[in-house]
Amino acid sequence: MNFWNDPLKIAADWLVSILTGWGMPAVAAGVLVAFLGTLLFISLLMVLDIFLVWLERKVVARFQDRLGPNRVGPFGLIQPFADIIKLMIKEDTTPAGADRVVYNIAPMLSMMSVLILWAIVPLAPVIFGVDLNVGLLYIVAAGAISTLSIIMAGWSSNNKFATIGAFRQVAVMVSFEIPMVAMLLIPTIFARTMGMNGIVQAQNIWYVILSPLGALIFLIAAIAELGRAPFDMAEGESELVSGYNIEYSGMKFGMFYAGELLHALTFGGFLAILFFGGYRFFGLEKVSPFLAVIILLGKALIGYWVIMWVKYTMMRIRIDHMLAFNWKFLTPLSFVLLMVTALMNALLRETSGWLYPISMFLSNVLVAWIALEIARSHSRRERAKVTGVKAVEVAPH
Amino acid sequence: MTASQIIFLLVAIVTLGSALMVVASRNLVHAALWLVSTLFGVAIIYALLNAGFLAVVQVVVYIGAIATLFIFAVMLTRRDQLEGGVQLNSGWWLGALIAVLTFGGLFGMFQSWSGFSKTATDIPSGFDAVGQLGSALTSPVGFVLPFEVASVLLLAALVGAVYIAFNRK
Amino acid sequence: MIPLSWYLILSAALFCIGLFGVLARKNAIIILLGVELMLNAVNVNLVAFWRYGDISLMAGQVFAIIVFAVAAAEVAVGLALVISVYRRRNTIIANEIDLLKW
Repeated sequence: MNFWNDPLKIAADWLVSILTGWGMPAVAAGVLVAFLGTLLFISLLMVLDIFLVWLERKVVARFQDRLGPNRVGPFGLIQPFADIIKLMIKEDTTPAGADRVVYNIAPMLSMMSVLILWAIVPLAPVIFGVDLNVGLLYIVAAGAISTLSIIMAGWSSNNKFATIGAFRQVAVMVSFEIPMVAMLLIPTIFARTMGMNGIVQAQNIWYVILSPLGALIFLIAAIAELGRAPFDMAEGESELVSGYNIEYSGMKFGMFYAGELLHALTFGGFLAILFFGGYRFFGLEKVSPFLAVIILLGKALIGYWVIMWVKYTMMRIRIDHMLAFNWKFLTPLSFVLLMVTALMNALLRETSGWLYPISMFLSNVLVAWIALEIARSHSRRERAKVTGVKAVEVAPH
Repeated sequence: MTASQIIFLLVAIVTLGSALMVVASRNLVHAALWLVSTLFGVAIIYALLNAGFLAVVQVVVYIGAIATLFIFAVMLTRRDQLEGGVQLNSGWWLGALIAVLTFGGLFGMFQSWSGFSKTATDIPSGFDAVGQLGSALTSPVGFVLPFEVASVLLLAALVGAVYIAFNRK
Repeated sequence: MIPLSWYLILSAALFCIGLFGVLARKNAIIILLGVELMLNAVNVNLVAFWRYGDISLMAGQVFAIIVFAVAAAEVAVGLALVISVYRRRNTIIANEIDLLKW
């Protein structure tokens, strides 16, 4: 075993041996090294986050037929650092009547809820924080903390726009959590484990082929969970000014913003891990863990790009339409899909060869087709109702 | 004192302190947020007891659903919260007395029990608590009937809550 | 190792704090919060007994999960009742909801 094959373990062993050589007890050295590793990982994520600010601005500029930041440094790469300096030296305001403690905790919780997600992300077969056997539930638990941070920010700001934004966002997050949890169960059915590393290892065929509809519903629910357009009820610039973070300024706002970007990348990563094979790519991940990390990050960035694509192409949906879409369409559909997948899995588990993936794929297509037919007939009825209304006769003068 | 004992004591202090703040704080939203802190402490206690699944479910169900619901309810009934005034019953000292007596009684009962200061046996390696829990919940010789009854209860609560809170125009 | 007694004392204290909240506070929402604390105390006990007893008997954890379900149901119905009472009588002070006390 050399550094090329298992870098984390080699580095940790080396550090522990140095520390114990200085006369530190082995347990304390282990704790210290774990702490240092976590600190290093979080710092790397924050650096990545700075890069994401640049990426997001560049991509949105392309979607809107602009150039984006291009003045500071080559391709405007230094722009995010200028942004950060601006945020740092901005006045740090607290609105009158705000609940000071809650107001200050909320941005930290928001950032934390994203960072703790990375504890379970398997970056490579041997590079991961912890391989929890309830990893998928952990994603939902971290989502609960992010809901809490938004409601805290909205309530403590003592601003009605902030409160309305928080209310809407929490309603959306709580309701879209249901299709999301149902879709998290589909990789669980295939891989027979909830551990992230186990799910990646079991993906000899990418799960997006076995369950394309599942991947799509997961993407939709993830976008709603992130609160990005077309589900950006919390921010809604045109109606709520900026929603739950309206009163925040300086680095506190920066934390919400950076947290949102990193959250989007994280969910791109989860999409890659759950449905697109994670760090696996035609056996390349076996060459070196470093290559595996690059593969996973590349897939995560593609997922992130799709989320951005949706954000800058779609318009915002009204809140009642959105909730109706979730409760009347997405939730029943995801439950039906879950049941169909479980049944098919129980029936065809033992079969070998291509029968299993093909029938899984076809059952997904069938479910999607039936759902779309039902939705189409419903919308036809709605349209008939609207066009059927006669114009009100105006009394002659 | 071992590391796990230190962790336990810290978590227990935070849990009990925030539980006291839940019943003592005047501001209802603060009470709900202290409840979140208490529930988090209990989740860590579950993790210390090697029940990782329950720890995660605690966060999902209690913090994600129940605490959020409480904060919503507080916001929807906001007038009483701004009102201030006396927050305690006239008979609050009786409540305090009953609580202290209950604690004393429980403590006395524990002390006379032989298994009180028992220590845990090590978990055998390869013991899959989550898998065991799953099969216990779904096997006919296990707990499938209580599990189904619980889901019927949840359905009844769902229907009941919608019916009660529905605003008839 | 942590002895069982620590968990039992923690859960007894949590239970009594919840009990005090239920008995002494006027506000209906705080009363529900107190009930949540009591349910959590019970759960700590159940899981501790699972861990310190025969670990292959899952009854403790199963009961804890059923308590979760009951707690969720209780909160949903309880808060719906509180909101409904607030709409009709404009108060959530438990002492003032006394229509049946005539």
